[in-house]
Amino acid sequence: MDYFANDLTSLHDLLVKKEISATDLTKETLAVIKEREQKVDAFLSVDEKGALEQAAEIDKTGIDADNVLSGIPLGIKDNIVTKGLTTTAASKILENFEPIYDATVIEKLKAAKAITIGKTNMDEFAMGGSTENSAFKLTKNAWDQTKVPGGSSGGSAAAVAAGEVVASLGSDTGGSIRQPASFNGIVGVKPTYGRVSRYGLIAFASSLDQIGPFTRTVKDNALLLSAISGADTRDFTSSKHEVPDFTKGIDGGVKGMHIAVPKEYLGEGVADDIKKAVKNAISVFEKLGAIVDEVSLPHSKYGVPVYYIIASSEASSNLQRFDGIRYGHRAQAVKNLEDVYVKSRSEGFGDEVKRRIMLGTFSLSAGTYDAFFKKAAQVRTLICQDFARVFAKYDLILGPTTPTTAFGIGEDIKDPVTMYMNDILTIPVNLAGLPGMSLPAGYSKGLPVGLQLIANQFDETTMYRAGYAFEQATEFHKQVPMIGGQN
Amino acid sequence: MAISEGKVAHVAGLAKLAFSEEKLQKFTGQMDEIINMVQQLSDVDTDGVEVTTHVTDSINTMREDNAVKGTARELLMKNVPEHQDGFIKVPAIIDENEEA
Repeated sequence: MDYFANDLTSLHDLLVKKEISATDLTKETLAVIKEREQKVDAFLSVDEKGALEQAAEIDKTGIDADNVLSGIPLGIKDNIVTKGLTTTAASKILENFEPIYDATVIEKLKAAKAITIGKTNMDEFAMGGSTENSAFKLTKNAWDQTKVPGGSSGGSAAAVAAGEVVASLGSDTGGSIRQPASFNGIVGVKPTYGRVSRYGLIAFASSLDQIGPFTRTVKDNALLLSAISGADTRDFTSSKHEVPDFTKGIDGGVKGMHIAVPKEYLGEGVADDIKKAVKNAISVFEKLGAIVDEVSLPHSKYGVPVYYIIASSEASSNLQRFDGIRYGHRAQAVKNLEDVYVKSRSEGFGDEVKRRIMLGTFSLSAGTYDAFFKKAAQVRTLICQDFARVFAKYDLILGPTTPTTAFGIGEDIKDPVTMYMNDILTIPVNLAGLPGMSLPAGYSKGLPVGLQLIANQFDETTMYRAGYAFEQATEFHKQVPMIGGQN
Repeated sequence: MAISEGKVAHVAGLAKLAFSEEKLQKFTGQMDEIINMVQQLSDVDTDGVEVTTHVTDSINTMREDNAVKGTARELLMKNVPEHQDGFIKVPAIIDENEEA
């Protein structure tokens, strides 16, 4: 199956008209994955048997004509638990973990008759921005295999960009969907905090984590988000806000829309080629009838330090559960119970995870709590207030997704602080719980440039409408990497 | 230095992590850099600013108090590294070869 030439709607048509069966689509997808994995290594595991069984069942009962995901194989980030299917969060501590239940998003996808084709690679416990922190393999950028795919959802992004699947799910705590979408020239959305249930998402930072979709088009993204959204009694932070059909009115255009461009998002540290693509995007929106103004988000420069304190503090607490007792790796050469905890954790966690647990434990410990955790939580309030001021007057915020295009494998990993700075443009969105999208807006030296659109809480509809208008007015999303069949 | 090796070792103890001497040195350097980076927050005037610990608009989320079937014990034991007769097995709290 050529996923470069098809979207969810066209695939659905083929399935409904029986021009292809779910089984054949799954077999073709497996064949493409087998071929292109040699270049990108996006998957940690491919569930050939389970996917074919699911497909056979769907062929037996028939494609659901009212459900666009029916019979469609999808990639799932490996921190989303899948019943009976090994889920590792790319960590040695969960190497053989076989969940006994499905995450809510998986239940929803199964109800929609979508097929889980495999679990995608990521930075261990979603901590990182290059997928190099995976304990198991190195995923490569679909456009240039010497570059990182971004992270932490690098596998989910590379799988879609390489045409291995039409769509996938990732998770975004500080940019982990939008940054890899940007690096791979595809569409990635972090929904409003609470829009999608986190039940069954292996927790990293509970006040920031959200699951969201990767696709090649804006409309596909809206379709997939509609399918996974909604309140869930098993996640008390999931929102009771009504879930609209995000594709409704998507072609309404941006005429008269008020768009804000924060000057801090085009400042020092953002590469010239990125600025050029964003300025071009601004002129596209103006030509389409939007009113674009410069604004200021004065506290956004503090986003990175606030995030690293808050996310690491929450992580240090969430990751206490990995103690070698009830699940996961248990160290063997132990003398006593304390040894089980310390050795299992020290053997099972990778360095970046340990760094964050340490920073979090430090920030929360006696004597440093006020100067670190409390201070960060206060500055978080100021960041939220910056956004609230802008959204009192504007419908949408526009800027780049990342300060640079994809960097080289091995380039940044030695210096944690440099790595953390890559997230400077995506982090504030998580801190304020807003929805954000990255979509293709240009190319520089053969690598994709991402445009970030940020909307007010629960206003994904405006974000999708603007993204769709931009996509229809430009050709960037039509470019595909030289990988697989067309080479 | 914003943080000493001794302090890093203390935090490692709280976090139930152990490091070799060499690793501890490397981690102290990296922690120091990270702490210097986050200390720019001290420039921000936060007098009287409330903390934000979550961004939901929910106040209290209630559910019906209905009894539901729990998860079967054998299923719960599926990922337990060591178990016996329906119980999780762990080593003794004190050293195996120590006198009580």
